[in-house]
Amino acid sequence: MVDLVAKSPCDGLLPVSHGAAMLDEVLPEAITSVALLGGSDADATKALADALGLGFPATNRFEGSDGVKIVSIGPGKAFVLGRPVAIDGAACTDQSDAWAVMALEGGDARAVLARLCPADLRDGEFDVGHAAQTLLGHMTCTMIRTGAERYEILVFRSMAQTAVHELERAMRSVAALG
Amino acid sequence: MRLDCPHCGKRDRREFTYRGDALALLRPDPGAEAAAWDDYLHNRDNPAGLTRELWYHDPCGTWAVVERDTLTHHVAGSQAAAEADR
Repeated sequence: MVDLVAKSPCDGLLPVSHGAAMLDEVLPEAITSVALLGGSDADATKALADALGLGFPATNRFEGSDGVKIVSIGPGKAFVLGRPVAIDGAACTDQSDAWAVMALEGGDARAVLARLCPADLRDGEFDVGHAAQTLLGHMTCTMIRTGAERYEILVFRSMAQTAVHELERAMRSVAALG
Repeated sequence: MRLDCPHCGKRDRREFTYRGDALALLRPDPGAEAAAWDDYLHNRDNPAGLTRELWYHDPCGTWAVVERDTLTHHVAGSQAAAEADR
């Protein structure tokens, strides 16, 4: 019998730390894409609230905390991170193995992201609780701000090594400024 | 240059892919004359001034009709292509 070994998307790559920034992998128990049928569905929104205790997130926002989060990723679409979910009135797709999730933390975190991401990440524009569909280098990514100096970033799993490479290079550059 | 994504708000031009004139939304009736189809497929104005263009916001997957001035790159506004006249 073949003995299969489960590997996380960033296996062997993380954590890394340079200057005042630390990059580590986050492993949500599950990642589910929830797309409301027809773009909106009051029953589905209620079913989601019953299942998770969280409402459907507003545009560019996420709800929840460490255990379970629901993140707005587009019109009528959201990711549920942390717990499997299946409800009527929405297309729910298990994407647990499709995404690499990383957390960038520290005093230099925003300066690091500024080198890779064209979105406006300043306070007042991108606060704790905000989410954005944006770019990390040339990759599309989902970015959420979970703390004053902490960001979580989702990229395609196939891009994990590139994302870590790009982020680490930016971390080194920012750290070199002293 | 920054464009307005109808869903996400103001975003950098790098997040978008250009499609062309929003004329693409005005698809002729299937039974329309050849001249109408010729116009739809091939003929585009090249105005020095305000244009209506289709842009795709790659990260969130929204098609937007953006009003842009080709002389100044001033973006006058945008709306979701799904809600635009067609």
